[in-house]
Amino acid sequence: MNTFEIAFRLKNKIVGIAGCGGLGSNCAVALARVGVGTLIIADFDIISEANLNRQYYFFDQIGFKKVFMLKENIGRINPKIKVITLDVRLLPVNIPSVFAGCDVIVEAFDLADQKEMLLESLQINLPEIPVVAGLGMAGWGMNNIIHHRKMDNIHICGDEISEICPDLPPLAPRVGIVANMQANTVLELLLNKEQK
Amino acid sequence: MQIILNNNQEEIPGDLITVAELLKFKNFTFKMLITKINGVLVQKSDYESAAIRDGDVVNVLHLISGG
Repeated sequence: MNTFEIAFRLKNKIVGIAGCGGLGSNCAVALARVGVGTLIIADFDIISEANLNRQYYFFDQIGFKKVFMLKENIGRINPKIKVITLDVRLLPVNIPSVFAGCDVIVEAFDLADQKEMLLESLQINLPEIPVVAGLGMAGWGMNNIIHHRKMDNIHICGDEISEICPDLPPLAPRVGIVANMQANTVLELLLNKEQK
Repeated sequence: MQIILNNNQEEIPGDLITVAELLKFKNFTFKMLITKINGVLVQKSDYESAAIRDGDVVNVLHLISGG
């Protein structure tokens, strides 16, 4: 499949991204670059200086809402991508309606309890939609333990052991690896399904 | 009884165990989990009552912070 065929297949696809931090912003940009037609991005947070060590934002965007700045950044990369922004806190009450029309959903939250809430809500309400979760990407080095595996329709990307803490912060290289691994898994799901 | 737990064959005493009992038996101390029996999610509120029987395929995913 050449680049144009890939873009043709992807332009009608819809990918939901829950969280626009380190995983979500980098994953969204990768999906926009390859031409996934519609991205639904949800986050309620604003950009802080501490985010810039890994998240796809710029110094002059500090203080602005992540969803709106991510839409702006994606627009500068590929203005043909439709970006639907949701400046909301995702909760069990709104998760099903936000992501109901998606082909694939990316779990890009920060905290474990939020990941649990999202995955549980998706498995109850939208169990037919594959989810790509990021689990374990704090620190540096340790390339060889980052992996992908499948648990039913939940795809897990990460090392599954490196939890963030003050001595093991999330940093651009490993977060970027996992975010791009999630985007790569999304592509695999979208393109392979289409080929059948 | 025999179950498949996270892709491994496991011998579990008795012929029925709840999710809560299995987590204790296996010493799974993580607070944040996604648990499935035969591909179907078990909600956290049902851990005390959800029964695992011989031959069931159980997956327990440990959730950790970072993103």
